[in-house]
Amino acid sequence: MIATILTSAAAAFAAVEQHYLLQARQMQALSFAVHIPLVCFGIAFPALVLFAEWRYLKTGDPLFRTLARRWSKVMIALFAVGVVTGTILSFEFGLLWPGFMAAFGSVFGLGFALEGFSFFVEAIFIAIYVYGWDRLPPRLHFLSGIPVAIAGVTGSLFVISVNGWMNHPGGFVLENGAAVDARPWSALFGNAYFWHEFVHMYVAAYIVAGFLVAGPYAWSFLRGRFHRYERTALAIALSAAAIASLLQPLIGDWAAREVAKQQPVKLAAMEGLARTTAGASEHLLGWYDGDKVVYGIAIPRLLSLLAFHNPNATVQGLETVPPADRPPVNVVRISFQTMVGIGTLLAFLGLVFLYVRFRKGRLPESRWFYRAVVLAGPLSVVALIAGWVTTEVGRQPWVVYGFMRTSEAVTGAHGIPIGYGTLVAVYLGLAGAVAWMLLRVSRAPLEVPGAAMSSAPDVPPSRSPERSRAR
Amino acid sequence: MLADVPIIFILVGLTAYTVLAGADFGAGFWILFPGGGRTSPAATRDHARHAMGPVWEANHVWLIFVLVVCWTAYPVAFGSIMSTLSTPLFVAAIGIILRGTSYALRGQLDAAPQRRHIESIFALSSVLTPFALGTVVGGIASGRVPVGNARGDLVASWLNPTSLLIGALAIATSAYLAAVYLAADARRLGEHTQELDFRARALWAAIVAGALALAGLVVVRDDARPLFDGLTSGGGLAMVCASAAAGLLTVAYVWASRFGPARVSAALAVAAIVGGWAFAQQPRVLAGLTIDQAAAGRATLIAVVIVTVVGATILIPSLALLFSLFLRGHLDAHVVEARVLDVPGAGAPDRTRLLGALALASLVVGAGLVVLADSGWAHAVGVMCLGAFAASAFGLSATIPGGQADGGKDSRPESPGFR
Repeated sequence: MIATILTSAAAAFAAVEQHYLLQARQMQALSFAVHIPLVCFGIAFPALVLFAEWRYLKTGDPLFRTLARRWSKVMIALFAVGVVTGTILSFEFGLLWPGFMAAFGSVFGLGFALEGFSFFVEAIFIAIYVYGWDRLPPRLHFLSGIPVAIAGVTGSLFVISVNGWMNHPGGFVLENGAAVDARPWSALFGNAYFWHEFVHMYVAAYIVAGFLVAGPYAWSFLRGRFHRYERTALAIALSAAAIASLLQPLIGDWAAREVAKQQPVKLAAMEGLARTTAGASEHLLGWYDGDKVVYGIAIPRLLSLLAFHNPNATVQGLETVPPADRPPVNVVRISFQTMVGIGTLLAFLGLVFLYVRFRKGRLPESRWFYRAVVLAGPLSVVALIAGWVTTEVGRQPWVVYGFMRTSEAVTGAHGIPIGYGTLVAVYLGLAGAVAWMLLRVSRAPLEVPGAAMSSAPDVPPSRSPERSRAR
Repeated sequence: MLADVPIIFILVGLTAYTVLAGADFGAGFWILFPGGGRTSPAATRDHARHAMGPVWEANHVWLIFVLVVCWTAYPVAFGSIMSTLSTPLFVAAIGIILRGTSYALRGQLDAAPQRRHIESIFALSSVLTPFALGTVVGGIASGRVPVGNARGDLVASWLNPTSLLIGALAIATSAYLAAVYLAADARRLGEHTQELDFRARALWAAIVAGALALAGLVVVRDDARPLFDGLTSGGGLAMVCASAAAGLLTVAYVWASRFGPARVSAALAVAAIVGGWAFAQQPRVLAGLTIDQAAAGRATLIAVVIVTVVGATILIPSLALLFSLFLRGHLDAHVVEARVLDVPGAGAPDRTRLLGALALASLVVGAGLVVLADSGWAHAVGVMCLGAFAASAFGLSATIPGGQADGGKDSRPESPGFR
């Protein structure tokens, strides 16, 4: 009885005319693109900060404490930005895609409820950690940071479980366009299609955070300021990024095979494969002209080999579904090639670093290496976004793969272009503010390890001493 | 019965958000209007700016919690509300970005010469956000949100007497909560004039909020009769009376400069009014949608209850820890005595070779399993091996003595590449 009322209520969400569907998708994509790099810092940065503090506890060397403390300030600032950009996302789910939320919220919403609690734990302990530097005993302070590192990982795990479900839905029965008989636990965590996504993202987080953190110290090297502090910071950040970028091709191979198995049309779009082919070739670069890849470099049988580990395997083409069910091929394909291309360069850079590190027991000395590291940070963000574009645009035209189209999910409200324009302006302002803040942090003088280390409060000089509640 | 449990979570979350984040938005209000006291406007701004530092993020998560429980447990209602009330909700979202940005910049904004202008934008958003969220509540409470994708009037659903009133009430309540909190904070820091200023502001804001609440009953009677009837009978009436009593008690506490109890009774007043709204409206969630009709299936509701109960057992002690540290000033950063560790634990055995061997072995096994195997368990073991490789290789690479923590040779440049 209730179920019938429910589905009739959900039927009120079907078939809305929305002229600005593409703008709504772009607005959502923009918000993800802004948020995801911050997620990388949420996953990876606490671990790096804690490592530095752990070294301090092990060695007693105040340099590590200075390092962890400075990094932790950046960490909480980026966390605050991540909080607001994440809030925007949860608003946008309802503001832009009410049909999706109304029909399927009962199936996947649990993932976000779990994420909400992770987020709570992260917010509580990041405050205790960052504001507690001088107040908590050193070991207790270190321990207060551990929940931050754990919650950063679990939070992203729960969100990605929802994405895995959207790409490979299950755990419900569809009735009149809405989910009934939802089984949220098995939908989210009994889904075989989610673990590779999570591991891929987890490793990507270390690549992005590692290279971005290393960038300023590489810049320092190029500017001729490369003392013990900079070397230590660079060694920690770059070690993480180098190892992660070496591992990422292995995880990527696993992910690609899962896509080949579960979402063959997405794979066909990633490769620009119009017709089902045995022993399919891989094309590097080039352009998909609606029928084949032109101006690309073809490598025979490589696609079959990569997707199924068999050079003669048959790879499904785009023709197997009607044109209305195909994603926009060039967007997906170029994004995919961008990600793989940059990922390969970063893996090579990581290899160079680890070779010098382990064979010669020192940091690289070539200026070219440091120039590459400065570039690697922004490039890794491009690869990250390109990877998410691959999987999310590759999911189109579906919001719930095979069950609900984005056009059925979108809002019937007006004003999407106005909202989009406003959001672009606000994000530009936000980006400017964050850049300004990071610049100021990087220019703040070092607390000299050893000497003034013990008593220097983090109070900017302009504040009067009796009102020195810093920050 | 089960269908009602998540709405209780939502009401608790709304109360917590109103009290905690309300105090933060209110601090923005006093940054915007810092005059009229015995201390200088600049000092007042300084005081208000530092109000919420350590707890802002945690306060903010309550809103996320409300949204998430709503879309999981009452998805159709969520979709209807978000689409019909998209305008004020979008405004609130933008306000939250701006307010959050000022927290991201904390610690840097103090010394910046341009801070006044930047700060005004942020502070303006602190007025805009509670107002917009108040109009959303007004739209729902006055029955202006029908079921369906943007089926309600996209303007009149939030631009109506009840919405405007609740919006204004939200601003006044926030300003009041913040003034009480800031007065208590000023006392903790021993700033007597500041304390008196904020005490006076708290009393004024209380008068305004009380007047708005009374005027509100008149407005609601004309504009949303069912809501009025609900608020003036049965459980709704009891809650309204409780809220009024708690409100008066709070004023008495502030008058007597007892800010600690004042905070508690202010929170009770807010909780009672949220509860009164719930009583007045039940069993309807939206016009033509009861709570039983709105609720998700049994499995989902049970899952939400389990997650919330388990989450609360982690959350409540953590929050208690945070607030006990925060309210006692243990997270103020002006302490002079930094504790430096006594002595390094040098002389640990060198495990480099062992670790290196472990790293290599786990890399080979892990890569083999991830790339060559097809079954799920093999991938799981493979990923774990790769994790072991990453951890041991990182431990080795980041701690190689050469080129970093080598002690004593501080300022010697490493590379001959620059001089």
